[in-house]
Amino acid sequence: MDFLIPEDLKDLKNMVRTFVRKELMPLEEEVERSGKIPEEALQKMRELGFFGLTIPTEYGGSGIGTFGYCLAAEELGWAHSAFKTICGVNNGIGSKPIVLDGTEEQKRKYLPKIASGEYITAFALSEPGAGSDAANISTQAVRKGDRYIINGRKHFITNGPLADLVTVLAVTDKEKRAHGGITAFLVEKGTPGFSVGQIHKTMGSRGVYHSELIFDNCEVPAENVIGKEGMGFITAMKTLDDGRLTLAASCVGTAERLLEMSTEYAKRRVTFGKPIAERQAIQWMLADSATEIYAAKMMVYATAIRYDKGERIPAEVAMTKLYATEMVNRVADRAVQIHGGMGWIQELPVERIYRDVRVTRLYEGTSEIQRIIIARNILGYKGGLEG
Amino acid sequence: MNIIVCIKQVPDTTTKVRVGKDGKHIDPGGVKFIVNTYDDFAVEEAIRLKERFGGEVTVISMGPERVKEALRMCLAMGADKAIQLWDPAFEDSDPYTTALILSKAIQQLPYDIIFCGKQAIDRDTMSVPVYLAELLGLPQATLVVKLEVDPNARKFIAYRDIEGAKEVIEGLLPAVISTQWKLNEPRYPTLPNIMKAKKKELKELNAAALGLDSAQVGEKGSRVKVLSMELPPPRSKGKILKGDPREVCRELVRLLREEAKVI
Ligand SMILES: Cc1cc2nc3c(=O)[nH]c(=O)nc-3n(C[C@H](O)[C@H](O)[C@H](O)COP(=O)(O)OP(=O)(O)OC[C@H]3O[C@@H](n4cnc5c(N)ncnc54)[C@H](O)[C@@H]3O)c2cc1C
Repeated sequence: MDFLIPEDLKDLKNMVRTFVRKELMPLEEEVERSGKIPEEALQKMRELGFFGLTIPTEYGGSGIGTFGYCLAAEELGWAHSAFKTICGVNNGIGSKPIVLDGTEEQKRKYLPKIASGEYITAFALSEPGAGSDAANISTQAVRKGDRYIINGRKHFITNGPLADLVTVLAVTDKEKRAHGGITAFLVEKGTPGFSVGQIHKTMGSRGVYHSELIFDNCEVPAENVIGKEGMGFITAMKTLDDGRLTLAASCVGTAERLLEMSTEYAKRRVTFGKPIAERQAIQWMLADSATEIYAAKMMVYATAIRYDKGERIPAEVAMTKLYATEMVNRVADRAVQIHGGMGWIQELPVERIYRDVRVTRLYEGTSEIQRIIIARNILGYKGGLEG
Repeated sequence: MNIIVCIKQVPDTTTKVRVGKDGKHIDPGGVKFIVNTYDDFAVEEAIRLKERFGGEVTVISMGPERVKEALRMCLAMGADKAIQLWDPAFEDSDPYTTALILSKAIQQLPYDIIFCGKQAIDRDTMSVPVYLAELLGLPQATLVVKLEVDPNARKFIAYRDIEGAKEVIEGLLPAVISTQWKLNEPRYPTLPNIMKAKKKELKELNAAALGLDSAQVGEKGSRVKVLSMELPPPRSKGKILKGDPREVCRELVRLLREEAKVI
């Protein structure tokens, strides 16, 4: 597959691979135990430019496209999931709205800080009453002179408690909603009326935090509108398209690691006088995992390359997200099975990875939502998902 | 300062090496290649000198097309220029001919100091830097763990760890310095610099460009030939001795003496 990758991106992938193995993988137990990424590791990632890979060079990033970031995400997928998340948000949902639709002033003001990792970012769309049905949000923004007043409650927001800068989606026209009635705002930490609500306790992904964000008469200047009033839903959907591909890429990396661990374990573990690797039952599990990883990788590479060429292919993006996330869950399940009891015990990373991959089928659009997008494309249905 | 670094691309330390069909080479299929570990210290030291005293760092590597990847990594770390030396005639060069080829390239360049890793982790001969210094007629310091350079006085002081002691030597520049792992902590190339490395100069020179003819290089010019290569025999199973501790000790000593022949 290497033939698909240009030289500079090959070098980049190699470097991320080396860094992940030497610097990040040894920290995974510590992250899991303390629930925190060590500051030293974050600092190294900042200095090496991990937070600004996708941000254009004129704003302090490396300016690589979605395919390039997919290659980095694939390698980051080998490390504890906290690393790919913290890095993924600044390169994805945390910066994309500004990169795609922000004003020149917003780009100059925020992108360099996001690229350097000085700012941790978040993207706040989901609400208790609006998950899959994202256009159903009830957070409202009302214009008052040259300011907007935001009221509402977001939840499940990745980096919520830490974020210095949040992109918030709010309704500015109840009639129009997804069709010109939702606006994206930039809200900085410390803005009066903006606070962090409950921090969610989760099944996995220790080391990153998800929380509610509360807007109580939170006032922001009109210049904090991303793009124009009413464009927010389109900005959000474009942002999520890109995120689905890079998430799929990280699943490929995680699955490769699970397969490597399973293979090594199967060769070492002897039962009834022979390594379990010599049993067909185990070999078939390894073969299925390897095959599915290969398929997912091809989907990621092909789709990301097309995406970077400017093709609008939401169905293919949905297929890739759907297949790669479900694939890594199957591979994790087999990995636990091959490890037997050791797959359930916290001594090996398999147990944690099994828990951590579960969420990939939920966020950035659940598997069901991906299937709906794909099916509607086949059937030629247009418009929103309602009905 | 004009600083030159000679690097080699070698199989990654985690690669499971296989011997090729001819029984003389490593099978390159599926092998991941990296910059030789000791060369990282050489590149780092070169860049630090440049950052301190100004000047230019040129990295040189002899090897086939794939070594460009290693050269680009060095450019991403902060080297300014790279030169790949390759010609089909260079195939199977021994350490002497390798040093000869490197020396011809270096003679075409201005230089104040030349760095090499103390050894390549694939063949472990530790001889290229030594030959190179001889061929260029330069002073040398090998296995250097600390280095002080005074470009104005054109002098260097090199610290070497020797058996049970530290040796400090002073010499004149230009010189060849071979680097040992304690010298510094090599930086990772930053991700933006990796993306920019492709824009830096990477030149290719063949035998003719170096004024070498094919009888001088490759297997023909070599003084050492590889006759065969094989993997170490698989480790045999360990033995567990059971019973009365006195008996077990006696048996252990006997086995160490007679079977393992280590005492
Ligand atoms: C760890 C984590 C991090 C997150 N980070 C963020 C973030 O940073 N920012 C943000 O805005 N959001 C974030 N989210 C929210 C995430 O995007 C939503 O959880 C997701 O979109 C699903 O919404 P929901 O949880 O409300 O599920 P629901 O929409 O309530 O869905 C419940 C179930 O019903 C199914 N379903 C829903 N509609 C249909 C339908 N029409 N047909 C068939 N089945 C259907 C779903 O697939 C699912 O199985 C995060 C979530 C998690 C778990």
